Amino acid sequence: MKTGSKTLRSNIITYGLVVVFYIVMQGLYMTDNLSSLMEGLMVPLCYYMILAVSLNLVVGISGELSLGHAGFMCVGAFSSAVFARLVDEKIPGMAEIIIAILIGAAFAAIFGFLIGIPVLRLKGDYLAIVTLAFGEIIKNLINAVYLGVDANGLHVSLKDTKSLNLLEDGDIIIKGAQGIGKLPRNATFTIGIILLLITLFIVINLVNSRQGRAIMSIRDNRIAAESIGLSVSKYKLTAFVISAALAGVAGVLYSHNLANLQATSKNFGYNQSIMILVFVVLGGIGNIRGSMIAAVILTILPEKLRFLNDYRMLIYAIVLIAMMILNSAPKVVAWRKVMAEKYFPHKGKINEPGEA
Amino acid sequence: MSNTNERYLLDVEKISIAFGGLKAVDDFSIKIKKNELYGLIGPNGAGKTTVFNLLTGVYHPDTGYIKLDGEDLTGKKTIEINNAGIARTFQNIRLFSNLSVADNVKAALHHKYSYSLLEGILHLGKYGKVEKETEERAYELLKVFELDQYAEYKASQLPYGKQRKLEIARALATDPKLLLLDEPAAGMNPQETKELMDTIRFVRDNFDMTILLIEHDMKLVSGICERLTVLNFGHMLCEGETKTVLNNPEVIKAYLGD
Amino acid sequence: MSSFLSYLISGISLGSVYAIIALGYTMVYGIAKMLNFAHGDVIMVGGYIAFICFTELGVPPVICILAAMIGCLVLGVVIERIAYKPLRGASSLSVLITAIGVSYFLQNSALIIFGADSKTFTSLISIPSISLMGGDVIISGVTIASIIACIVIVAALMAFINKTKAGQAMLAVSEDTGAATLMGIDVNRTIALTFAIGSALAGIAGVLLCSAYPTLSSQTGAMPGIKAFTAAVFGGIGSIPGAMIGGMVMGIVENLSKAYISSQLSDAIVFALLIVILLVRPTGLMGKNIQEKV
Repeated sequence: MKTGSKTLRSNIITYGLVVVFYIVMQGLYMTDNLSSLMEGLMVPLCYYMILAVSLNLVVGISGELSLGHAGFMCVGAFSSAVFARLVDEKIPGMAEIIIAILIGAAFAAIFGFLIGIPVLRLKGDYLAIVTLAFGEIIKNLINAVYLGVDANGLHVSLKDTKSLNLLEDGDIIIKGAQGIGKLPRNATFTIGIILLLITLFIVINLVNSRQGRAIMSIRDNRIAAESIGLSVSKYKLTAFVISAALAGVAGVLYSHNLANLQATSKNFGYNQSIMILVFVVLGGIGNIRGSMIAAVILTILPEKLRFLNDYRMLIYAIVLIAMMILNSAPKVVAWRKVMAEKYFPHKGKINEPGEA
Repeated sequence: MSNTNERYLLDVEKISIAFGGLKAVDDFSIKIKKNELYGLIGPNGAGKTTVFNLLTGVYHPDTGYIKLDGEDLTGKKTIEINNAGIARTFQNIRLFSNLSVADNVKAALHHKYSYSLLEGILHLGKYGKVEKETEERAYELLKVFELDQYAEYKASQLPYGKQRKLEIARALATDPKLLLLDEPAAGMNPQETKELMDTIRFVRDNFDMTILLIEHDMKLVSGICERLTVLNFGHMLCEGETKTVLNNPEVIKAYLGD
Repeated sequence: MSSFLSYLISGISLGSVYAIIALGYTMVYGIAKMLNFAHGDVIMVGGYIAFICFTELGVPPVICILAAMIGCLVLGVVIERIAYKPLRGASSLSVLITAIGVSYFLQNSALIIFGADSKTFTSLISIPSISLMGGDVIISGVTIASIIACIVIVAALMAFINKTKAGQAMLAVSEDTGAATLMGIDVNRTIALTFAIGSALAGIAGVLLCSAYPTLSSQTGAMPGIKAFTAAVFGGIGSIPGAMIGGMVMGIVENLSKAYISSQLSDAIVFALLIVILLVRPTGLMGKNIQEKV
């Protein structure tokens, strides 16, 4: 199996798939052939794909287990929503969303940096639990925050709306657990697809750069990477921060697709982080295209199975367990190898001269 | 006194390290001249790999100093030591197994062929030019080890002997002054070992390299090493010209046991 | 002062429950090297078993507790056999995702069987409460039971591991699975035993948790599970005294911050504490530091 020569073609297929997906969905939408369910999923599909691709950068490319991806999405969502409320339709919707995206990405990147510096010293499961803790902290903090604005500027409180001490013309932006209301809802499928393409562009290009090689070298063998002079902390942090920024972008898309934004355990809790991780794992760790496809299937499937009511998530759980066992159980893997050898002999290994 | 030391590329004086009270390496000194091919031998568990780990900053010595080309490297980190000019291979091969053979070498060219993160993400600016140069240099190195035909394969797909060669190529890519080889012939058959000896000599001559190697294969040691140091239970047993050392009764005793 | 004491004592009580749950996490992690994400949901199952026995069948409390323990024990062993054992030797990520699948499975099974409405759990603990400082501080029966249970369990586990053959086998497997196999230890049986003990403890924890916080739903085990897991990491995963200390600290910090800082932020404070501890001691309070051999 050769690696390099196929990369370009594989990347073109990845971008191509997204474009085809866009054309098909947009076509169905324009011709009124899309169910209201699918119509409602158009933007969510985009942010789930962005989340899956960006988490793959950490889990697959950098080889670190993060369970706090939803936390960065939350940061992006709330920072951009606050911005949207502050400008309050004083600038055109398109300009607003572009600036909001930059703000969401920047805030999520800052959080990624701050949490990444100390946390990336930890390894494996410890990193997983700390990122999980981080996600929960963010969610909790946002639920406790009250933010208002008046002629004197911004007011913050952790207590209630009253203690914001706003002037009479003041406007409450974040109302604790009630979150942010009156949002512009100006995210569109087209914007979502463009952001997805940008995400792919960033991640795929990074993988094919000297920085990407450094990140993957460190993943494959930390000690050898250090022995050739690569800074482990620098490149782990690079991957982590870029991934956080992209999750922030997904958060912007999320918040700009809603009228009311709240931080609940459903949208920004560890269950959401785990859901994104499931996209990555089932799509194939390190496989960018696979994680997009997994995100689409696993977002649409539960919705399509709504008629099963309560049995829906039960089936999902069973499928998940079965998939993992069929995919990675050593015995199954060994059996698959035997079968592959039987039907496609000598693929992959280089034979020594003289060796049959 | 200091003037005589200047002649040595690697100047290690009385380094020691203890793990939980056990002295793994005790008062170890070694002086290697530029362009020399030097062997570090000794029975299993003598502390040879620990010496390599001390030289490359994996461990820091409790006492003594390590100087490369006059620069004090004692207590420096692995990355700094590599940047200063020491590169190594590992006893248990440590390749970037999911990367291609070419990318293994390119990763080691990281510092020599450089562009910014932004250029890396956008594939703009110096990216194209530098990547081309990186590619050319990587293939040049692979050619030396006759690995260029496998450049696009995953490193883990290479057979064992070629993986060892790739590790040497990767270490050389960082453009070191001193190359440390940890049991380069381990697991090789006599034919492969012979080829390896030619390769090591070739590297020394064509890259103007100084090489320190750990080896158990006495044929390889006596065939290419000019001088040797023998290590036994963390102590230096003796050092000197290869022939003299190998005929030393104490060395023979250490190897064969009492 | 007396109110502080009350908060502290209820913190110790909650901490005892966390500690009992954390023991399950820590033992399984120490021996099978996996994060058993479904452990918290086993607690929930324990709660439901006790609930049915007591409220619906009218069985005496002691039998209810035993039923919860045995039910969870069987469940734990079955989960291990079906979902985790086939994946032994696979990447830790695959095992983690499988455990998450098991967690979803348990939660949604409970949802289907018992419905979405939460049940009101009648406390099984009939120990009389103690009143201190002239009635200013009242220690409830559940609190007493939790603290005693925690101490007894930790002592018994330490004795089991240090004094019995099976316990020594566990220790050996956690140190080096390969070497343990060579020494003739049945690794599969040891892992199954670990799951059995950990799950039985989860059964007890379920009863105690629901007796103290009397609402029972399919989500009951999720958050305490995560927090107990945090406690296990905090104390140094793999260490039994560590799990106890971690659980206690978590419970106390959570209760005190609820009382004095903000109930909204108490979880955030607990998790922030975990992060701080791990930054200072990357393997937890009592965890061992393992260096990779070069």
